[in-house]
Amino acid sequence: MFEDLSLQIPKGHTTAVVGASGSGKTTLLQMINALEQPDAGSIAVMGRPVPTEDLESFRRGIGYAVQGAGLFPHLTAEQNVTLVARLEGWSDERRQQRFQALLRTVGLDSDVSQRLPRQLSGGQQQRLGICRALMLQPDVLLLDEPFSAVDPITRLGLYESFEQVATTDPATVILVTHDLREAKRLADFMVILDQGEIVQVGVPTDVLANPATPYAERLIESQLS
Amino acid sequence: MVGSKNFGESYLLAEIAAQVLEAKGFDVKRQLGLGGTLICYEALKNGEIDLYPEYTGTLSQAVLKLPGKANREQINQSLGPDGLELLEEYGFNNTYAVVVRHTLAEQLGLKSISDLQGQNLNFAFSHEFLQRQDGWPGLARRYGLDDPVTGIEHGLAYQAIADGAIDVTDAYSTDGELQRYKLRILTDDQAYFPEYRAATLVRANASPELRSALSGLGSMLDETLVQALNAEVVLAGRSFQEVAAKFVRTNALALGLSAQTKVSGSDSMGANGWLAELWGHFLRHLQLTTSALAGAIALGLGLSVTVYRHRRVAEGVVYLCGLMQTIPSLALLALMIPLFGIGFVPAIIALFLYSLLPIVRNAITALSTTDPTLVRVSRALGLSPWEQLRYLRLPLATPAIFAGIRTAAVISIGTATLAAFIGAGGLGEPIVVGLSLNDTDMILRGAIPAAILAIAVELAFAAIERKVSPPK
Repeated sequence: MFEDLSLQIPKGHTTAVVGASGSGKTTLLQMINALEQPDAGSIAVMGRPVPTEDLESFRRGIGYAVQGAGLFPHLTAEQNVTLVARLEGWSDERRQQRFQALLRTVGLDSDVSQRLPRQLSGGQQQRLGICRALMLQPDVLLLDEPFSAVDPITRLGLYESFEQVATTDPATVILVTHDLREAKRLADFMVILDQGEIVQVGVPTDVLANPATPYAERLIESQLS
Repeated sequence: MVGSKNFGESYLLAEIAAQVLEAKGFDVKRQLGLGGTLICYEALKNGEIDLYPEYTGTLSQAVLKLPGKANREQINQSLGPDGLELLEEYGFNNTYAVVVRHTLAEQLGLKSISDLQGQNLNFAFSHEFLQRQDGWPGLARRYGLDDPVTGIEHGLAYQAIADGAIDVTDAYSTDGELQRYKLRILTDDQAYFPEYRAATLVRANASPELRSALSGLGSMLDETLVQALNAEVVLAGRSFQEVAAKFVRTNALALGLSAQTKVSGSDSMGANGWLAELWGHFLRHLQLTTSALAGAIALGLGLSVTVYRHRRVAEGVVYLCGLMQTIPSLALLALMIPLFGIGFVPAIIALFLYSLLPIVRNAITALSTTDPTLVRVSRALGLSPWEQLRYLRLPLATPAIFAGIRTAAVISIGTATLAAFIGAGGLGEPIVVGLSLNDTDMILRGAIPAAILAIAVELAFAAIERKVSPPK
């Protein structure tokens, strides 16, 4: 996928990785939490190289949310969000507190707790997906197009929730999206990816104003003009 | 332990031997209705039973494959290596006979087997007869018959031939049914069939006491007497125990028993008797199927959970289980005998092997086809392979696994009726006995509860399934 790629993601900020389908956004994201392994080269997270053993505890330090939320259909909202905390041995009380706090942050009513995913709207599921990613208070949050499978109004609400999260639970966020407006609104930095190559890196407003390659120009034109 | 094959005369002869032994103070257990010559022979060889009635022709042709018509001395010589011995003959010859309906015989002028040539009739023979060296293949060659034949269960053949569904079948010359169904024996004008002289087959190391106890049976029975005894069972509807008891009582002195000797089996069973017996069969049936199913669930799920991640291994496992399924039930039961003997244990093992496929196939398929997005998320959340199984794959696979168990349960309830052929009891026992005695009531006494049990289990599983299914 990637021939020669080098990228530093700034700590404590939100970086958006944008590009068309097949540009390698998702693969890049999944190499960070070791769902995919690079053939060569190295990846470091929070200054430490991605381990080859005990990937479970490494991954528990990294939040992960995907398009469509990917909630387990047989578990209630609360069970979904708190599953890993339970495996980590958190007390009931601590789990409850964290769960309720997260619900408030993303703007969900606590009466969703005992519902199954199919009894929830797409927006509610997506918010729960983000709560699940945040449950263990990770330093790094990986978001794979978590806002793209919902209608525009719901999406705006999700943006507000995300901005709320960024203030209450600050973390290094990597947001994969194909939506430049979304990147512009939510991210501090932006990376444009084209067929496995980084074509431009910068602050969103700069990047959007000065596309560096014809591809970046077409991408911007197709969405913003 | 007295055994018998699964046809009327074998039951009767075995029961007579058993009652004679009981009268002489032996503690006798019965393992009657074993499924065919091979099963009886192996069971005797393996010491699962101590004796059963056998026929000279069957031994020389089907078991020992001796050329020509061997007599008892020649047979006993050949039995030596297997450690078996044929005791003195009872005195009658129950040979195979080819029979047709009386009316048909009149109409076509059929008198001998040769007359069958070029008649374009509907031939159906028992499975054993079709297979045996002294059965249909040789008969067809000797008489130049090239008609197509079908296989039919011996107990059903009489009804079928009387109804005109088939025209020609095999029978035993001492069968009581021949009169009842108005059948004519066609003369064996080419002297094809060997002699089938009945005698008790025992192991060569049988005790002198056993031998002397049975010696009274030598030359006690001629064809007419046996036909009459058989007819009492099939025509007069007496139980074979009853008929045997009457025979033993009437001939007590000749059998070396004092006239006062109490003979068992003479009291016929009342309504409560057969209900209690049915209940016993039912419980045994449940025991057989639940043990086999429990084993299959434990091993099947364990196996599935172990191999589902390795596609090739998983495919191999499913393939092997499928292979098991293709072995005909009776053959699988027969295969069990040299390994595990007869009775409860081999039946459970055979049922267990049958139940594996639906369980393993459903479990492996369901476990390996979990939504890949959910699997990716569960890995990203930091769930170990075991935790992925426990919290994601297994719960989502539960309905499919349950459906597999349900199929396995129904299959094993059905197949367990065949377990009676190797003496495992259960609801198959009245079916097997009923088939061999051509007693529809008795067949239904086993078949109806088995069907009800299968339906009840099906419904019960459906109800549980609704409860445990995670919502979609």
